Amino acid sequence: MSVHTVKEIVASLRRGEAKPSEWAARILECIRRADGRVGAFLHVDEEGALARAKSLDGQPVEGTLFGVPYALKDNICTAGLRTTAASRILENYVPPYSATVADKLASAGAVLVGKTNMDEFAMGSSTENSAFQPTRNPYDLERVPGGSSGGSAAAVAAGMVPFALGSDTGGSIRQPAAFCGVVGLKPTYGRVSRYGLIAFASSLDQIGPFTRTVEDAALVLEAISGFDPHDSTSVDEPVERFADGLDTGVRGLRVGVVTDIQEEGLHPGVKQAVEQAIAVLQGAGAEVVEVSLPHSRYAVATYYLIAPAEASSNLARYDGVRYGRRADADTLLEMYERTRSEGFGMEVKRRIIIGTYALSSGYYDAYYRRAQQMRTLIRQDFDRAFERCDVIALPTAPTPAFKLGEQLDDPLQMYLNDMYTIPANLAGIPGISVPCGLVEGLPVGVQILGRAFDEQTVLRAAHAYEQLRGFEMPVPALEGSA
Amino acid sequence: MSGVSVSEARASYETVIGLEVHVELKTRSKIFCGCSTSFGAPPNTNVCPVCLGHPGTLPVLNEGAVELALRAALALNCRINQDCKFDRKNYFYPDLPKGYQISQYDQPIGEDGYVEIEVGGERKRIGIVRVHLEEDAGKSMHAPDGSHTLVDYNRTGVPLIEIVSKPDIRSPEEARLYLEAIKSIMEYCDVSDCRMEEGSLRCDANISLRPFGQREFGQKTELKNMNSFRNVQRALEYEAERQTAVLSAGGVVEQETRRFDEATQTTVSMRSKEEAHDYRYFPEPDLVRLHISDEWLERVRGSLPELPLAKRDRYVAELGLPPYDAGVLTADRGVAEYFEAVVACGADPKTASNWVMGDVLASLKATGERIQACPVSPANLAGLMKQVEAGRISIKQARDVFKIMWDTGKDAETVIREQGMEQISDEGMLAAIVDEVIANNPKSVEDYRSGKTKALAALVGQTMKATKGKANPAVVNKLILERIGSPDSGASGGGPADA
Amino acid sequence: MRITEETVQNVARLARLAVGREEAARLAPQLSDIIGYAEQLQQVDLEGVEPTSHPLSRYNALRPDEVRPCLDREAALANAPDSDGEQVRVPAVLEG
Repeated sequence: MSVHTVKEIVASLRRGEAKPSEWAARILECIRRADGRVGAFLHVDEEGALARAKSLDGQPVEGTLFGVPYALKDNICTAGLRTTAASRILENYVPPYSATVADKLASAGAVLVGKTNMDEFAMGSSTENSAFQPTRNPYDLERVPGGSSGGSAAAVAAGMVPFALGSDTGGSIRQPAAFCGVVGLKPTYGRVSRYGLIAFASSLDQIGPFTRTVEDAALVLEAISGFDPHDSTSVDEPVERFADGLDTGVRGLRVGVVTDIQEEGLHPGVKQAVEQAIAVLQGAGAEVVEVSLPHSRYAVATYYLIAPAEASSNLARYDGVRYGRRADADTLLEMYERTRSEGFGMEVKRRIIIGTYALSSGYYDAYYRRAQQMRTLIRQDFDRAFERCDVIALPTAPTPAFKLGEQLDDPLQMYLNDMYTIPANLAGIPGISVPCGLVEGLPVGVQILGRAFDEQTVLRAAHAYEQLRGFEMPVPALEGSA
Repeated sequence: MSGVSVSEARASYETVIGLEVHVELKTRSKIFCGCSTSFGAPPNTNVCPVCLGHPGTLPVLNEGAVELALRAALALNCRINQDCKFDRKNYFYPDLPKGYQISQYDQPIGEDGYVEIEVGGERKRIGIVRVHLEEDAGKSMHAPDGSHTLVDYNRTGVPLIEIVSKPDIRSPEEARLYLEAIKSIMEYCDVSDCRMEEGSLRCDANISLRPFGQREFGQKTELKNMNSFRNVQRALEYEAERQTAVLSAGGVVEQETRRFDEATQTTVSMRSKEEAHDYRYFPEPDLVRLHISDEWLERVRGSLPELPLAKRDRYVAELGLPPYDAGVLTADRGVAEYFEAVVACGADPKTASNWVMGDVLASLKATGERIQACPVSPANLAGLMKQVEAGRISIKQARDVFKIMWDTGKDAETVIREQGMEQISDEGMLAAIVDEVIANNPKSVEDYRSGKTKALAALVGQTMKATKGKANPAVVNKLILERIGSPDSGASGGGPADA
Repeated sequence: MRITEETVQNVARLARLAVGREEAARLAPQLSDIIGYAEQLQQVDLEGVEPTSHPLSRYNALRPDEVRPCLDREAALANAPDSDGEQVRVPAVLEG
């Protein structure tokens, strides 16, 4: 049993040792064998993947991801391929267009094999809010893979695909990456087009990769980045060759540690693993400096007003009129209410109600506006911190993966899983989670944050740590990994 | 109503009206996607994933829509918010695909402007609170039997501006004049076609009454579903009377939305909403802020045409036209441009005005053509006027020539030549004919001499007939008088027909 | 602020969600917890702080006024739960 990185697959194709269709077949076989136990995929497009891979056979190896199989979180639209956001309300929705990232990956030569499970509309931290199935953590099938991009994280962790895309609104890439022992990168807001990403909270959402290595994350990021005329919030920053220059080391790099970090709820094992990771960077010549993020303690409260408010509006379009599920009813009002009540799960309804409440007249100033003001202070904290340091290192999640069902009855506790990841979304800055060890046999991650559009430095620090950490992440003992 | 008639009671109340006008902008593509804005396409053919509100789609602002909104706001004398944003207005309706309308809430592109109207010969300013940019919704067709509703999304995402007036309008007539002024300004600026029948201009009204002298506004009602300027005026008239009746009977006007019913020419209450509107406006996170640079603003300001009222003043002051003429000519930009082109060819302004307001507009009305498609070019009309001035044809002939020019597109010179219509002014040529007419009509000659001066006209008419209308009437007149002398035997010189 | 069951139902109606009495009873304390937690923000002095509605300070993402191809009608209506082949059909809109 062996798992393969993007880089290895591309290299084998370049050397002519394998054909794209052979890789596709191998990956599909691997999914067939492993996914029954993990439940990472909502839909595997065997036929499409094989046809696409065959069409690449014999072609010159062009594009950084030529012939590499991958998976997309099921909130990323694919023309002609069912896209559900793991919601009953979109159960049979077939988009008439593809997301810009899907088009970009296709032009880089990658081969889409399927769509992965997630919390419904990306609302959740455990992937248990999927309307269709739970996804299990490949390291411990009794535990959650994290969320909301749990399917993509688990698929990469189990070796079913070398990379997958997810989306991160409050930690939905980084937290499942930490829980599943893989690399997860949330790019700067505006770096990657959101066109075709089914919106949860528009001012926070960002698409990013799950990979086994930092170098792979750099390769995928390069392929999906760039200005998109279909997304007004995508930014025309030059796309660097992120994978180049990863090896320049961290000598002199100033790594910020947050002195006023919230430690309530932080697992001592996680704390220790992260401290060790920082020590590794220091040992490699990085300078550790203390920084303060005084308003980050309000990040969860801020987030749980802003994200539901935007979501309540973003999800208004699911009304049973033009697409998606429609409930039978005699009047329009009844049709709306029944369609939406039957089509949305509990967590989605909860957030729609919170968001509607926070925006409604009389409460806007007290809740939504104050949250936006706090967002300003949280951003300013980072601006000040990055005057003193180049990257900030902190835990990705406060604990290792918890058990399925453990936090379902306590939404607020579930929200606190995101306390270390949310600030980056509010500030729009990039962040990566890199595995930094096992705690009680479960993977945990260190999170490295950087300045807006400075993914290069974040990747360089993450890569240096990955090279020097002194251990390989064990491959989960699932039958049938490729 | 204790014996007081409504019309008497109306005199004791002041009418207060504010209008909200929606104007579709004349862009080629929609405000947030590339779909065509063309009117009249088959249902659901001018649509794409973006304007259908498909999951994952995002809006991208059309620069042309901003440009037109900017023109409109400047033409309405607004202060421009050079730094502004878009917001979401959240409500559910089947023709609103996203469940929210992208609009501008607290930072409209233009604020605090005005429009001037002329009421009873006096200029009056109607204040404008705001002009903002937003997207249109689709069209719902309700089945007559109430069983279902059909929705066409072609109009979804067509750019609109909403123009909100201050409550400065004091009568239904002023409301109509205000609408006419808005329409005319929008057309002048090439911002909109303003075709109410196609829905490219729509109007809602707020109306309340208060006793004269009272400062506070009375309770207002909102009027909807008025599809012509005339209906706006009628609906407001009806509503003013209705409210007068309610108030004079000691009742209170209820705050409600009423619909104009064209069949009965009345307003009827629309069932009040179960819940108060709560649009939950918040900044649209899918769009970035809009910044209108000083350069952009000045370029648009510099490109604005002369507006109708300024043009009208100029016609009076510089061209010496009567205010009435100036008003008619400037009501439509195309007509004004046509008129100015005629004058630019050297025509006398007042004579040109008579022609344009008379034969030109009448013929356009008869054929339903727009002036841009007028078959008689301004240069040809000026040419026709020159022929009259030079005495080659009579004014009566000129009107016949105009008709032929209209039908054939030929110039006056050609038509006159082809029709052999050139006037005969040569006394030598006309003398023999005049002699013959006099010889053949002794009765008329006698009548004239005995003081029946009308008989002269009969003799002139006979001469004209004999020349197939080509004789110069002034010359004919002179020749006849030379021959038959003056009435009442002996009195010589300028008789009544001496003209 | 305590969120009552009545508030839950009113807000749900605004969002076109039918929330029954039982469901409202379950949601009210959860929403109270969440809103209560969010009320930490009330304790901070935010006087004079500009709100951030967007992480980007970018402005003017504009596109030229050009017509792009539309969907053909079949594709536009393909996902619609009900249509007459030309227009989307929905249950009667009751006035108001």
